[in-house]
Amino acid sequence: MTRAKPSNGNKERTIYVCQGTGCISGKSFEITEALKKAVKEQGLQGVNIDFTGCHGFCEQGPVAIVEPEGIFYAHVTVADVPEIVESHLRDGKPVERLFYKDPVSGEAIPYHKDIKFYSMQQRIVLRNCGRLNPERIEDYMAVGGYESLKKVLKEITPEQVIDEVKRSGLRGRGGAGFPTGTKWEFCHNAVGDQKYMICNADEGDPGAFMDRSTMEGDPHTVIEGMTIAAYAIGASEGYIYIRAEYPLAVKRVRLAIQQAEEKGFLGDKIQGSDFSLHIHVKEGAGAFVCGEETALLASIEGKRGMPRPRPPFPANSGLWGKPTTINNVKSLATVPVIIDKGTEWYASTGTEKSKGTCVFALTGKIANSGLIEVPMGIPLRKIIYEIGGGIPGNKKFKAVQTGGPSGGCLPESFLDQSVDYESLAAAGSMMGSGGMVVMDEETCMVDVARYFLSFTQAESCGKCVPCRIGTKQMLDILERICQGEGRPEDIPLLQQLGEQIKAGSLCGLGQTAPNPVLTTLRYFRDEYEAHINEKRCPALSCTKLISFYILPDKCQGCGICARECPTECIAGGKRMVHVIDQEKCVRCGTCLEVCPERFSAIIKVSAEEVDVPSEPIPVKEKPKAAAA
Amino acid sequence: MIPLAKDNLTKADVQDKLKEIFSHYQGDKQELIPILQETQENFRYVPAAAMREIARFLRMPESTIYGVSTFYAQFKLTPLGKKLIRVCRGTACHVRGASKVLAEVEKQLGIKAGQTSDDLEYTLETVACIGACALAPTMTIDNETYGKMTTKKVAEVLGDTSKAE
Repeated sequence: MTRAKPSNGNKERTIYVCQGTGCISGKSFEITEALKKAVKEQGLQGVNIDFTGCHGFCEQGPVAIVEPEGIFYAHVTVADVPEIVESHLRDGKPVERLFYKDPVSGEAIPYHKDIKFYSMQQRIVLRNCGRLNPERIEDYMAVGGYESLKKVLKEITPEQVIDEVKRSGLRGRGGAGFPTGTKWEFCHNAVGDQKYMICNADEGDPGAFMDRSTMEGDPHTVIEGMTIAAYAIGASEGYIYIRAEYPLAVKRVRLAIQQAEEKGFLGDKIQGSDFSLHIHVKEGAGAFVCGEETALLASIEGKRGMPRPRPPFPANSGLWGKPTTINNVKSLATVPVIIDKGTEWYASTGTEKSKGTCVFALTGKIANSGLIEVPMGIPLRKIIYEIGGGIPGNKKFKAVQTGGPSGGCLPESFLDQSVDYESLAAAGSMMGSGGMVVMDEETCMVDVARYFLSFTQAESCGKCVPCRIGTKQMLDILERICQGEGRPEDIPLLQQLGEQIKAGSLCGLGQTAPNPVLTTLRYFRDEYEAHINEKRCPALSCTKLISFYILPDKCQGCGICARECPTECIAGGKRMVHVIDQEKCVRCGTCLEVCPERFSAIIKVSAEEVDVPSEPIPVKEKPKAAAA
Repeated sequence: MIPLAKDNLTKADVQDKLKEIFSHYQGDKQELIPILQETQENFRYVPAAAMREIARFLRMPESTIYGVSTFYAQFKLTPLGKKLIRVCRGTACHVRGASKVLAEVEKQLGIKAGQTSDDLEYTLETVACIGACALAPTMTIDNETYGKMTTKKVAEVLGDTSKAE
């Protein structure tokens, strides 16, 4: 393992606490402080306390790694600190109860390298995330950081850089997959006195957080990649456009820029060459559409972030009408590796048309949720069942959603499909920015489609009619279906509207907004039909279509449900079978949650009548043995 | 048209503060969004009087300032509560029950998403995604993130900040 700080022998240990957004919410700042204090109190020599950015395994957070052994601790709390310090850091005996437990076998795994979630990944973009202190440029330089930039400035012409990136097969990781080298070439060849290099870090897709984690965990790699890109296209000004919702990423990127300037990797005459670059950070202001490149440009210019028709493409007429290149965080983070290890090395991973690796935010109904990086072309099944550890609670897999609000939902039959730009697009979904949300049998696909439409509809900027009005119409229809008021003609109508919005919208937002609806119509039409024709929600999820009943032969009259019911619609009494007033019930499901597991007296059904008493009746006495 | 707040700020208050903010800028049109962000940070919203001053400073029509302020979700035209509570409605949060968490927060605070309590203690919002998806469902209170929320945890989390009832 490459660590920023190599340890000498077994005596010196460093414990790296994760300080990504996820682990910070689990109080990792406090854990770091407590560790420092405890080590000082114990007077331990040769023990360092440090922190890193996101490890990607946020589900297990807060996480910490002890080097040089590579012991991985999961779900660490401040209360665990004394034991870690005394047992492990002082006596050299790792704390077993904090080891990661494999969700399938239940086995405790001490070493980071043996955890399937990590061992099956191939990390290029995330190579340094969780492995170095993101607030110290020296750590990045110690693992070879900025060497690619030095090499480029010293011995490679901009044309050669473009050629290398073209040959590597790197494609835009923002979603559309346009070849990065070709994009640079357009801008390089464009005529203009001033050119701009922009890093699009406006990660707006709900369910995606890899750009955030990369900027928080390894900001220098983004800056190095961006500087190489600027050199290739001939830009002397650069902007990183970051969502304001990511305050930690903004802070770390700003700090990294400052450090890079101090070390002469940014600014005027970089490393003694004739090349100069100044990078500015622009904070987004909460508009999803600004992830679209022309809208992003308008936003940097201080205007309403609305897209405009292309051509002219930004390569010829971008920021303030000047030639501009806009690349995603992950694309740029890949560039230094390509320069360092060579195009052949990079192109040897992946499929024929999709080279390299892809980063996914694996979330939803999955055991190991977190950030993963895998070779292009890997089968979905491997991601979900081997790296992801499968669906928790013995639930059945239903669908996987890729590409966020622009993507689609793929059913079980796609589990053995390879994951790359082409095959996802052929299935009606897309790579997108890399959100991958797993859904199980309890997720209603009509509701998921409605959810995405409510998002895109709210985020539509309103400039073009198909997107502004079309998505509203689609949303109205989906809402009606979820309420049990769907009409048979709604399915063809949704299909028709969806195709027209795709064809007629101005920018990527509208052109892809119908995808979640069209794919669920394609693969889960039976769920739409059940909602419309039988007023039934097969996933038991749409509130208007479900009911809760208390089974008289199971209820023991404990009264917990009646006490917790927010609408006080449960009648009963001590040792009486409780009854839900179906008229008053708001279907919040609280009763089902609070009913003790040993009784499990409450059931949830859809379009089904359950035979229960209309008034509370006494609980049937059970044989004595059951009372315990 | 989104109504502007009736506030108690005097014109002089706004002018003084803005003078200080403007000293960080050159008066270029591209600075509008950063200026609005700083204004919002200072007043916890963008007062109508501030829009007028910004328009003058950047030599732009006031309507443009209003247009930009209403386009971006970050800018508020009415004062925010002392605590800004955001419930994430991202995809991962949605499939793991964000709507129940939101309903519980609404119930406990007695306000709906997008509203501010009458005493200006709380503003409740939903947010598209805070990027902590592995901890879904999540919510934030100011800059603190709370993960793996349940309806039961809501009271506990709000308890950290809520006034005694």
